[in-house]
Amino acid sequence: MTAATTTFRWREPSILPGFGLALGITVTALSLIVLIPLAALFLKAASAGPADIWAVATSPRTLAALKLSFTAALFAALVNAVFGLILAWVLVRYEFPGRRLIDAAVDLPFALPTAVAGISLAAIYAPNGWVGSLLAPLAFKIAIPFTDLSFGFDGKVAYTPLGVMVALIFIGLPFVVRTVQPVLEELQSDVEEAAALLGASRSRTIFRVVLPQILPALMTGSILAFARAVGEYGSVIFIAGNVPMVSEIAPLLIVIRLEQFDYAGAAVVATMMLLISFTLILGGNLIQARARRRFGDV
Amino acid sequence: MSDAALPSVSTTQPRNTSRARGESPVVQIVLIAISLAFLLLFLLLPLVTVFVEAAAKGWEAYRAAITEPDALAAIRLTLLVAAIAVPFNVVVGIAAAWAIAKFEFRGKDLLISLIDLPFSVSPVISGLVFVLLFGAQGYFGPWLQANDLKIVFALPGLILATVFVTFPFVARELIPHMQSLGSADEEAALTLGASPWRVFFCVTLPNVKWSLFYGVLLCNARAMGEFGAVAVVSGKIRGLTNTMPLHIEILYNEYMGAAAFAVASLLAGLALVTLVFKTLLEWHYGDVIAASRRH
Repeated sequence: MTAATTTFRWREPSILPGFGLALGITVTALSLIVLIPLAALFLKAASAGPADIWAVATSPRTLAALKLSFTAALFAALVNAVFGLILAWVLVRYEFPGRRLIDAAVDLPFALPTAVAGISLAAIYAPNGWVGSLLAPLAFKIAIPFTDLSFGFDGKVAYTPLGVMVALIFIGLPFVVRTVQPVLEELQSDVEEAAALLGASRSRTIFRVVLPQILPALMTGSILAFARAVGEYGSVIFIAGNVPMVSEIAPLLIVIRLEQFDYAGAAVVATMMLLISFTLILGGNLIQARARRRFGDV
Repeated sequence: MSDAALPSVSTTQPRNTSRARGESPVVQIVLIAISLAFLLLFLLLPLVTVFVEAAAKGWEAYRAAITEPDALAAIRLTLLVAAIAVPFNVVVGIAAAWAIAKFEFRGKDLLISLIDLPFSVSPVISGLVFVLLFGAQGYFGPWLQANDLKIVFALPGLILATVFVTFPFVARELIPHMQSLGSADEEAALTLGASPWRVFFCVTLPNVKWSLFYGVLLCNARAMGEFGAVAVVSGKIRGLTNTMPLHIEILYNEYMGAAAFAVASLLAGLALVTLVFKTLLEWHYGDVIAASRRH
């Protein structure tokens, strides 16, 4: 589209062959496998009728499941943001024995099937497991004065919402590390050296010079980890305990509805999940785009 | 969002740990210790546990668990599903990459986003959509029943759900790589009189073979390990529609932990092989794959 005088063309001319065939295969497969089935989901949810949709959408069990899925995914993404950043930093900046091995191991959650991770995490964090048995004596409870509120840790991770978080941390970690790592590798050292020469302390340099440059990548990685965690099923259900209203995640609720042949109910929960997560991902990307504009294109 | 949802690549470059860029040794050691502890707790311990638990009841029990008929049927089914789903996604991924990387057309960004869509859909929903279409009460359910066809709770459903989940894997490795290569090689070959298919097989394919292999590797790992999507469409009929991950779930829920971990150890072995190949690819062809990630 060079000059205003060129007539509208939906594709630029090229001497290469095969555009029609390649695009045809792509669009056909995409439509048949992804788009039409997803459209069927929305259609099914809509066919339930407003009253039924409202009943399913506002039932306490649905709300509890959605709340658990989204908050656990959010906390897991935050934990991964912190430790993923430290890990990426250590892998890029420091030299130590076994560094390359550890670098390779970060991708384990991408390669290990979720069901395998699930039963393994459940075994480790169960009350009689390697880690679970160490945590049991650490139980504590703190009541907030003058209120009915209290918080604490009853010594159990598996079969509680904490177990859900452990699984989501496992599957989300590589997203943060692998998004931050390339950006850290490409940072130019001159800015840091300039900051140091101008008298900034090391911590000041890191927080005012380095972190702002990797913030957009850190956010992108965290959003990817969050998006994956919200819908995660396999690694969670073994460690969650799946107690309705307490540790039952939204994807499991969909499976339960389906097993009761309540197709419309399953479709409504699924549609809510998709709508909420698309909205959150979009919002996250907008904030991230603003950060990118503010701190420069990294 | 051009950032990879998939693992990126670490290129080795001279490290500069001295002077202005370095933290004090104490800080370095603390940060390295935190990283190692975190990895140990969340990544390595689960992996080691799989093999320890699988070996808990001894070699005979292990051998029995992975050679009993239901386990063998599950292994065969998993291999069969991957053998169909992965080549399908290779063909579609190559077609998508050819159209997107070699041509300029309207709606390209939308097409890329739609190809990536399965990444942000819960696996359970990826299975649910096919039950809604082809299940007994689904849109095509009555018609399928009248014609004595079975998709859900049968092999076709498992394949459809697996293809849905792994749809973006090959395309998203190939697209950036082919974009970074440009079209000059292909144009030269065409000008010299090569036929279109010859151009593709003798010029394009050799150029992108390593990123294609990389994509296939990740696609295959996901296809064989997929749980949520196939759990919904499988019906979990032992010996018939039970894949390895589903077989693991059944054994685990029946308190046959050692057997569950024995089958799981096979999949963990697959994951390790995948990681080794992936790491080798990144070490040897890192610049090829890495260049494609910074388009």
